[in-house]
Amino acid sequence: MIPFDFEYYRPSSTSEAVQIFMELDAAGKNPRYYGGGTELISMARMNSLSFGAVIDIKAIPECNVLEIDNGHLMLGTTLTLTRLHESNLFPLLAQAGSRVADHTIQSKITLGGNLCGSIIYKEALLPLLLTDTEALIAGPSGMKTRQVNAIFNQSVQLEPAEFIVQLHMAEKYLALPYIHVKKTKQDKINYPLVTICALKNGQEIRVAFSGVSDFPFRCSNMEAALNERSRPIDSRVARALEVMPVRVLNNLEGSADFRRFILTNLLTSVVGSLEADAI
Amino acid sequence: MKEMLTEGLIYLNINGEVRKTLVRPADTLLFALRERLGLTGAKPGCENGDCGACTVLVDGWPVKSCLMLAVEACDHEITTIEGLNNTPIQREFVEKFAFQCGYCTPGFIMNCQGLINIHPDASDEVINEWLQSNICRCTSYEEITAAVKSALNTVNNDPVS
Repeated sequence: MIPFDFEYYRPSSTSEAVQIFMELDAAGKNPRYYGGGTELISMARMNSLSFGAVIDIKAIPECNVLEIDNGHLMLGTTLTLTRLHESNLFPLLAQAGSRVADHTIQSKITLGGNLCGSIIYKEALLPLLLTDTEALIAGPSGMKTRQVNAIFNQSVQLEPAEFIVQLHMAEKYLALPYIHVKKTKQDKINYPLVTICALKNGQEIRVAFSGVSDFPFRCSNMEAALNERSRPIDSRVARALEVMPVRVLNNLEGSADFRRFILTNLLTSVVGSLEADAI
Repeated sequence: MKEMLTEGLIYLNINGEVRKTLVRPADTLLFALRERLGLTGAKPGCENGDCGACTVLVDGWPVKSCLMLAVEACDHEITTIEGLNNTPIQREFVEKFAFQCGYCTPGFIMNCQGLINIHPDASDEVINEWLQSNICRCTSYEEITAAVKSALNTVNNDPVS
């Protein structure tokens, strides 16, 4: 049982959602945008998060779009991970989402919730980082687009009243060879020790990571090292880890040394498989 | 825009019947089902989305009712274990001894019913994927898997069962 009260709003348009957010915020009600709500409910129940109002954005038609239009896949951010998996329009994203929590919860967790919630792993972000994805954002000044890799750069860089309505990526990326691999400490359903998503775009390998640090990332210097085909793979992986721009996580799921060990092995395997066209 | 600012009446479509109930916006669907509507088949376990004992179907899909607000469930079709009557999966749970203490059973059965509805041709991989959403501390997993496979077989061979 959630031990405090809050107000519930279900707007039917993006402008209505932003307007009510600003009004509630001005009234000191600490509003939250609400997608699947799994994280808000579980944290509220434990009293580790409080808010005075939730704004459920699932009734906004633009947030439920799932279609290919004009050479781009358009994904509404209230699509559930299950819906993405069942449609399989973007297999790498479908696979990444299918390893978040368990199957039943995946039919409640939304794409936007996985990206913008407080859990640090955000595994659905990795395919978006690899595909030059653009986000359509609703906010006080109307609608605007921004690159996903600019929004999710060491933290979620959105203004308080803003929320992501849709994600757009070029159709050409959807069928590229890819690898998704997630290693956990023990059970299949758990937070990642290391999750890697990799795409092969022509001869270029792109790689994004979760579980390695306190925020998912993609790094051009690491990719440059990994794509230097004149050198053996293990040497390239070693170089990539030297230039890795993050502090490796050291927590109950695994020590930093163990994560580096896993990462070295996985990267060697991923690069080798993609270069061998074994996918 | 729909809104609910304080405790108030909502209408829920449960097991084919529209039920009126008083809830706070902060009340979960699990709380409303059990404490307001007397539908105690969905069980409170972890109340954190981990155990699956509270699983119900919402528009045919399994949902952990501890992680859904009651007000959020308006305009959706909810099916609880009380809405199933002598279905193949219920019969197979008995036939295969797929429970011991029985506390997790309603949640498992609702998850399995969702699987049977949505993926009647489910592969072993899909079955395993779906069953990982529920926990049985009596560890009846082998028997539960056998019950699902048998129910799928029954449904596929006799769709009106």
